[in-house]
Amino acid sequence: MRNPPAWSAPDPTGPGHWLLRARVFEAEDLQRAITRIAHEIVERNHGADDVVLVGLYTRGVAVAERLAEAIADFEGVEVSVGRLDVSFYRDDIATRRVSPLGPTQLPGDVKDSVVVLCDDVLFTGRTVRAAMDAVVDFGRPRAVQLAVLVDRGHRELPIRADYVGKNLPTKWDEDVRVHLVPIDEDDGIEIWECVEEGAE
Amino acid sequence: MKHLLGIDDLGADGISEVLRIADSFLEVTRRDIPKVPALRGKTVVSMFYEDSTRTRLSFETAAKRLSADTMTFSAGSSSLRKGESLLDTVRTVEAMGIDAIVVRHKSSGVPQRIAGWIDASIVNAGDGWHEHPTQALLDAFTLRRHRGDSFAGMKVSIVGDIKHSRVARSNVKALSALGAEVTLVAPPTLLPPDLEGWPVTVNYDLDEVLPTTDVLYVLRIQRERQQEALFPSLREYATRYGITTERMARLPADTLVMHPGPTNRGVEIDALVADDPRSVINEQVANGVAVRMAVLYMLLGSGEGRAA
Repeated sequence: MRNPPAWSAPDPTGPGHWLLRARVFEAEDLQRAITRIAHEIVERNHGADDVVLVGLYTRGVAVAERLAEAIADFEGVEVSVGRLDVSFYRDDIATRRVSPLGPTQLPGDVKDSVVVLCDDVLFTGRTVRAAMDAVVDFGRPRAVQLAVLVDRGHRELPIRADYVGKNLPTKWDEDVRVHLVPIDEDDGIEIWECVEEGAE
Repeated sequence: MKHLLGIDDLGADGISEVLRIADSFLEVTRRDIPKVPALRGKTVVSMFYEDSTRTRLSFETAAKRLSADTMTFSAGSSSLRKGESLLDTVRTVEAMGIDAIVVRHKSSGVPQRIAGWIDASIVNAGDGWHEHPTQALLDAFTLRRHRGDSFAGMKVSIVGDIKHSRVARSNVKALSALGAEVTLVAPPTLLPPDLEGWPVTVNYDLDEVLPTTDVLYVLRIQRERQQEALFPSLREYATRYGITTERMARLPADTLVMHPGPTNRGVEIDALVADDPRSVINEQVANGVAVRMAVLYMLLGSGEGRAA
């Protein structure tokens, strides 16, 4: 199948219906991945003193908060958590409807800190590119790193994650849905596929 | 949405959407570098056929903070003086390759007329006695910052020259669409002759409404109205409808006092009142930029495709 451009990814409200193909993470798996990533962040940065966790709206914010909880648990350090809306920095802003998701809140000055961008799913990489542009508008971090729960492949930009919960090979037109409390009712990761009406 | 000509273009849901998006832009305006690349490559023209300081500057600041290019046209220094018609002027401006025109005009309906002539988006920045939608939106936004989303049952009293006020007209529409209960307070000569269909109550006595008012919205008295004999003197107006410190004392402690500016201190509002902690007049100005960013963004910022 020819790759459609990102903004024409299957319409969840379009014709056809979505079917759950696989539930790849249960709540415990997801929490283990969070705990491991939290350890990796602290290990790689020789502690967590300079680290700022910046969650990308919507579920990235929950990822950042979970990572901060985990680091507080085993390291005893309160890591600052920010929330970032990349809407105004997207490169597809002129071609599709982009609605801001919420006000950006970064803790104090990001200058000289290690900003760890947190998101649920890494796909084309375009959100992360926009996020890097947004962060540097607030100052020059010493480093920017990327933590994601799922890397599902299909990158359209030279971007990779520093911390990955699970590498999950997917078809382009599938949908990876991460559930995270408190945004969702439970924790888990699922792959959904779109079935054309009458094709079963 | 292609144009913003009046509050009816938005409806209650559209108003709520503007206010929600303005929250994001308020954060942008508070940054060290208060600018985002959302409207890069777009051109916004302000065409002001009537004097204005805050509205024009507010729109231009909003456009610049969205990274749009801006052009200004003011009636005093243009080919208008050489007799160019509105239609020809607008066509000329459009030929420069622009995306939106922000229009202020002393005649009602001019923005609507222009919208029918050209392809660019039109934003009404005040037309005659008709509407001033972005003022009403920034007022609603300011209220929401203080009171949250609970407009239902909020008692808003609008005091002053309702008849000639586009601000009052847009605010009555916007605030009542959000669920507020609006009371108009003015002498009969300063009320529109026909209030049929307006979702408001009327009271000629300011002192009667003060104790139950949650929001006191004070309109500017245009001094030239006195010559039309709509009220005997500015002094008499101030005595019956001016917001004095004595009247402030009779307002509930948490009432908000608003004014669209510019104020005539000593006529419709006392010098000291504008500095009362219940007065949010300066906040209205600051919020104006964020709300106009939201409006420009909604008109120009994103494509028509599906949200992702």
